[in-house]
Amino acid sequence: MPKKRPQHRPGSLARAMILGIIALLLLYAILIHGHNIAVLNPKGLVAREQMGITLFAAILLLAVAGPTVGVLYFMAWKYRETNPKATHDPELQANKLYLVAAWGIPAVFLAVLSVAMWITTHKYVPQQAIAAAAKPMTVEVVALRYKWLFIYPTQGIATINYVQIPADTPVTFDLTADDAPMSGFWIPNLGGMLYAMTGMVNRLNLIGQTLGSYEGRSSEITGPGLADMKFTAQVSSQKDFDNWVQDTQLDNGPLTDAGYQSLLKPSENNSAAFYSSYERGLYAKVLMKYMGADSMAGMNMDGMR
Amino acid sequence: MNWEHIILGNRLNMDALPHEWFTIGGTFGFILLPIAAVLLLGKIKGWKWLWGEWFTSVDPKRIGIMYMIVAGFMLLRGGLDALMLWLQQALGSSNMPGFLGVQHGYLSADHFQQIVTAHGNIMVFFVAMAFIFGLVNFIVPLQIGARDLAFPFLNTLGFWLYVAGVLMVNMFFAVGGQYAATGWLAIAPLQGKMFSPGVGVDYWIWSLQISGVGTTIAAINFIVTIIKMRAPGMSMWKLPLFTWGSLCSMCMAVAVFPLLTATLFLSFFDRYLGTHFFTIAGGGDPMLYTSMIWMWGHPEVYILVLPAFGVFGEVVSVFSRKPIASYVTAVLGMIGVSSLALSVWVHHFFTMGSGADVNAFFGLMSMVIAIPTAVLMYVWIATLYKGRIRFSVPMLWFLGFVWTFTIGGVSGVMLGIPPVDFQLHNSLFLVAHFHSNVVGGVLFGIFCGINYWFPKFAGFRLNERIGRNAFWFWIVGFSLSFIPMYILGLMGATRRLDHYDASTGWQPLYVVMLIGGLTIAIGVALQLAQILASVIERKRLADTTGDPWDGRTLEWSTASPVPEYNFTHIPTVSTRDAFWEMKKKALAKQKFEDIHAVKNTSAGVWISAFAFLAGFGFVWEITWLWVVSLAAIVISIVMKAFNEDSEYVIPAADVKKMEAERLAHKPKAPTAAEADSAEDMSVWELVKWLMAYAMEVVRTKRWRKL
Repeated sequence: MPKKRPQHRPGSLARAMILGIIALLLLYAILIHGHNIAVLNPKGLVAREQMGITLFAAILLLAVAGPTVGVLYFMAWKYRETNPKATHDPELQANKLYLVAAWGIPAVFLAVLSVAMWITTHKYVPQQAIAAAAKPMTVEVVALRYKWLFIYPTQGIATINYVQIPADTPVTFDLTADDAPMSGFWIPNLGGMLYAMTGMVNRLNLIGQTLGSYEGRSSEITGPGLADMKFTAQVSSQKDFDNWVQDTQLDNGPLTDAGYQSLLKPSENNSAAFYSSYERGLYAKVLMKYMGADSMAGMNMDGMR
Repeated sequence: MNWEHIILGNRLNMDALPHEWFTIGGTFGFILLPIAAVLLLGKIKGWKWLWGEWFTSVDPKRIGIMYMIVAGFMLLRGGLDALMLWLQQALGSSNMPGFLGVQHGYLSADHFQQIVTAHGNIMVFFVAMAFIFGLVNFIVPLQIGARDLAFPFLNTLGFWLYVAGVLMVNMFFAVGGQYAATGWLAIAPLQGKMFSPGVGVDYWIWSLQISGVGTTIAAINFIVTIIKMRAPGMSMWKLPLFTWGSLCSMCMAVAVFPLLTATLFLSFFDRYLGTHFFTIAGGGDPMLYTSMIWMWGHPEVYILVLPAFGVFGEVVSVFSRKPIASYVTAVLGMIGVSSLALSVWVHHFFTMGSGADVNAFFGLMSMVIAIPTAVLMYVWIATLYKGRIRFSVPMLWFLGFVWTFTIGGVSGVMLGIPPVDFQLHNSLFLVAHFHSNVVGGVLFGIFCGINYWFPKFAGFRLNERIGRNAFWFWIVGFSLSFIPMYILGLMGATRRLDHYDASTGWQPLYVVMLIGGLTIAIGVALQLAQILASVIERKRLADTTGDPWDGRTLEWSTASPVPEYNFTHIPTVSTRDAFWEMKKKALAKQKFEDIHAVKNTSAGVWISAFAFLAGFGFVWEITWLWVVSLAAIVISIVMKAFNEDSEYVIPAADVKKMEAERLAHKPKAPTAAEADSAEDMSVWELVKWLMAYAMEVVRTKRWRKL
């Protein structure tokens, strides 16, 4: 017995869909409540400005895309076959004015966004030092398999998977890597992100302005230790920072050459480690390993493994 | 002298044979099961039929259907991978008690990363590309009023090279080793022997290399076909939109796939010969790899999406019962996308540290390329305006696409802004973005096209009711599985994490994503049920007119299913919606004519088989095998080139006889009342039918006949 074909009711369907979307958004809001939406929770100038352009772009684009999609769905609903009131014009073409709008509306919105993009791209260059009252500080970063080595050239200490910086002090992270694939250095709460690669320095300038402890991670796939290749970025007061440096120098042993060689071996899920000092010129040595004539010596490395 | 080493090479030995649960499962599921299916088909329908009429066929319609069958099977493989990933991540909170006694979910990090890589490769190369090629093969010659492609042999070669790539990507199940654990593009220097010493990356290189060469060949073939083989009167500005989308896509493929081939060769030299193109030692430059692979990789997504745009253009027009509102704008939009596609690739590595000017330029290009895409949306709105819209399944897929693709587009433009990208690159926000576009754009376009053109493929339309159910499961599943991904990206979750700390608060969202994944899996199951139910009801759903949707383009002017020679008479075209015009005027009866056709050839199968063996030799470093296979490829090509006896003629009398026979056997058209009042079989009716059928088989012991 063939059943009657049910009538389509796009109206009730639309209501159901809108309710469904609201319910979903509510569900997501409940699920993330109380957790760190890091990108929207900036703790420093760079992250704040990056959030600004992110939100600006999102709002601008949704302002044009939202109504466009809305109009499309409205047209689909209004001119449904089952609507006796809708007119049908089987040969209708878009007129010139409409076509100008079709090219013009996206062009205008994207032109505005392009200007914002151009300005912000030139304003927040990661390689450029941040202007601030405090004296800037440099931290040298070496991506290893699968951990981060932080070297403090001024303070003379080194750490693994833990970096402490004083608040309101611009910090230059000089990123490189040793015996490791390309790694992505990202502290979402402070701003991101640049790749750390062997044989070169990628300079990332960040600043922490709210005291706290933030998670940093490696964003590029490097191997089985990827998920635990993370570190803590601690933003503290200048006084706490100085105390921490002193404690680190007093409580820990040095990072010897042999110690560094063992760090080069792949290891997963490393906890934080601290070194009172390191061999002078370590960072330069790491860089030179992949540069110039020295790199020729590395020709047989594949064979050696 | 050790013979084992000479025969098997230095790398292959008995330890490599499958012994883990996933390699054993994969061997059964993805190697033995298809072989069994082929054997069963050959047994039932006859080997001569399978080999002579399908495997060696040069008919683009048959090749298209074979593309889509393999792609559909690989969709299940890639989807299973996705579910395994989602399950791992849902269980991957490190404070949770281990699942089945294993910490951090149930997969090791290495295994998880292999699945990530395989999922990406399979979905892009062996599902999306193959479905697109399937549709293009079947539909483009019909739309331009051609009987065949320009180079029929190259078409079968391209298809079988694709199959060789599919085999290669699944080969590690049976022969062992592992797959690449490097992410889908195997970024250098991780892909080098220093960091990935196993055979995984070699499998990766050779599955992409072999199928990529097939893609280049196929793309050249379609460009020449569209330029040279159009019916009389069909100028470029009368091409149907799907053909335009395909042409743009194939032009891009010809431009960038050789680049992929070159990049893969350099990677292969690094690994096999010990050169230093992309290594970190010996003066190699890994950044060069990133640049080269993305110069191919970014246009690749447009290669996939433009034919999908073409499908939507056709569907919106037909189901609104109006011509496309501005054909010229739509075509210019597609040409615009394809001509800009090669100038945005650097936005994939803003974070590599280029200067502000370089980043800003490529950011600007990424904004500009969004304009022609957005314009298409406005053309569709104007097409819907004052239409009479039918909400058949293809139209539903279009409406679903609008919402998913817009989300993907908005997030994509955001990521094109360097300061935004610094914060969101390689986070799950990025993963959500490209899934919105590739699932919501490409895959939905493919589903739309399959539902739309299925009457042409099989002679009957697909079940609408189960099709609608499948669509809704897909849309809801999509919203559950990919929207949380955006949120996770904002929370700082990076991609390809097999576990994470419970304190991050990510786990609930990962669980929601798993639920979404399972919802999509139900959608896929319903799609399979849809096809099954349609086959069962094929008599009732038969397309007796060849034009079930009141179509506008030439493919609807010929019979369903399409005869071997496509058209008894090559149509003469005078307007854009050529078939629409013909329907308005009565068609004059024409005399039957002799039809030139191309003989089937097995050369494509052999050359691809040797290409596979050569690739296998390279993967396992078995010197004699690749030497012999490469020689065999050269010999096969030369032999094929000297074979002059490749064509035959179907005499006019035979065409007439075949046409008469087809008319005589044409299924009886259901009456209008029948067609309108009867609703298609529902899922529950299908289940009841299947149970009754199974009872019947058991009762009559019908399996004995096999």
